[in-house]
Amino acid sequence: MPLNIVVCVKQVPDSWAEKKLNEADKTLDRASADPVMNELDEYGIEEALRLQEAHGGQVTILCMGPEKAGETIRKALSMGADDAIHVVDDALHGSDAVATSAALAAALGTVEFDLVILGSESTDARMSVVPAMLAERLQLPQMTFAKKVDADPDARTLTIQRQTDDGYDVVQSSLPAIVSVVEKINEPRYPSFKGIMAAKKKPVATLSLTELSIEPATVGLAGAWSGVNAFEQRPPRQAGTVITDEGDGGTKIADFLVTQKFL
Amino acid sequence: MSAEIVVLVEHTNGVVKKVSFELLTLAARHGSPSAVIIGAGAEQAMADVVRYGAAKVYVANDAALTTSVVGPKVAILNQLVTSASPAAVLIPSTAEGKEIAGRLAVRSGSGVITDAVDIEDGIVAVQSVFGGSTIVRSSVTTGTPIITVRPNSTTPVEAAGAGEHVAVTAELAPSDTAAVITDHVVEAKGGRPELSEAATVVSGGRGVGSPEGFDVIEKLADSLNAAVGASRAATDSGFYPHQYQVGQTGKTVSPQLYIALGISGAIQHRAGMQTSKTIVAVNKDPEAPIFELADFGVVGDLFAVGPQLTQEIATRKG
Repeated sequence: MPLNIVVCVKQVPDSWAEKKLNEADKTLDRASADPVMNELDEYGIEEALRLQEAHGGQVTILCMGPEKAGETIRKALSMGADDAIHVVDDALHGSDAVATSAALAAALGTVEFDLVILGSESTDARMSVVPAMLAERLQLPQMTFAKKVDADPDARTLTIQRQTDDGYDVVQSSLPAIVSVVEKINEPRYPSFKGIMAAKKKPVATLSLTELSIEPATVGLAGAWSGVNAFEQRPPRQAGTVITDEGDGGTKIADFLVTQKFL
Repeated sequence: MSAEIVVLVEHTNGVVKKVSFELLTLAARHGSPSAVIIGAGAEQAMADVVRYGAAKVYVANDAALTTSVVGPKVAILNQLVTSASPAAVLIPSTAEGKEIAGRLAVRSGSGVITDAVDIEDGIVAVQSVFGGSTIVRSSVTTGTPIITVRPNSTTPVEAAGAGEHVAVTAELAPSDTAAVITDHVVEAKGGRPELSEAATVVSGGRGVGSPEGFDVIEKLADSLNAAVGASRAATDSGFYPHQYQVGQTGKTVSPQLYIALGISGAIQHRAGMQTSKTIVAVNKDPEAPIFELADFGVVGDLFAVGPQLTQEIATRKG
């Protein structure tokens, strides 16, 4: 049996760049760094494509974000996904994780799926809560932090290895389910030239809040259930001592650790 | 009688993790700390949490509650949010803790803040973001504040609490038990402390050069009873397993002492360790950005400096 998969992707500021907050509304300054696809989402797409290669079915990209996020959607399609849904609405700016999960859950209500796959964390907010929130909202099995995914579409079952601090848990559920993946699960492919050309013709449906029956006041900055009161730059760390090893570097560090009472 | 602050206790078969004591200490500053202990061994954990100030201990001593992914814990906490109307719920900011917090927020109609490093009066969460470069103060404005707090954020203080025992029976929905844990596989090596909880972390980077090279990192770590970490460059190169990655795409650590060997200190890595109290770095390149953070840095070969340091520590500890 084929396996229909939705992969959620997010556009984030480049994780190798310094980030800052906007003075005006205290949200992330997304203009100060190049927008890229959240890296862990590439692993989600890769896993979906591998499952598709094994079982058949459709891979649909779901992305909530401003117009600009269309670039991230194209990248996802150029990796090999079939089509995409872009949830775009100015009222979504500044949405917290609770509202984001509500919008994504509503969008997922418009498609048939066996699996939803997400990256386990975005590199901007780094809360790592949206996959669990989606499981909560959709009342589906929470199969998160997967480092290995095995689906059996005929038996309608799913088995994952859930990464833990000291190893992994083997977790089983029925389908459909919500999966989040960690970095070690696979090695994402690069879009091929053919893939990039094909992506230009793949369908991208847009959905507004009205189409999702979501009241604009319940999302965005104004609808957030938590908010930033204030922020400040941390004073830079005081410059420490840097010496060049002259055969006694290890001893010098030990001396330092003694002065700091670590030894 | 001040409002309850509910603390989810993290434990393994009754052995309580230090972060739980930190959260109880934090809770006592802002209200009356209530500990919630879920799963097998809950009764054994009771004495420890009372020693760290728990005025009330909610106990759900049922091994079946930890054989599903987070659902039953969410259900119990949600019951307590309804019955006790706490001023806040504090949860350890671990991978699982954040998932519990997220689901509890949706279920209880509450705002959620993750990765707090402190809590100030009025339940204001302090976060250190963007690799520690920015300090943010946030509040939950709807429902019960649900806040996850990073390990090592507070020094736990012993203060005997009243320890009123309250048994809790979980009321589970089918979806709470839909993801079933059938096996727990331990991969960790050498009985080292857990990376996110460790007081000392010794990390290796690209400069370590090979999986065998990590021997130097592990030996130094063991001499200090430290956890071993690795930079992204090291895990991507296959020098060390991914779960030990410290950085933006890995774990965030905030130990008392962080020793970085052969790590240049790209923003990717700094984001995961910049809030460490004391930072020591060894790198061949005098221009490496890690030296901007280091309280003490040595420009040199980690394969010379590392073993010498390990030897010195052994000697000085006698």
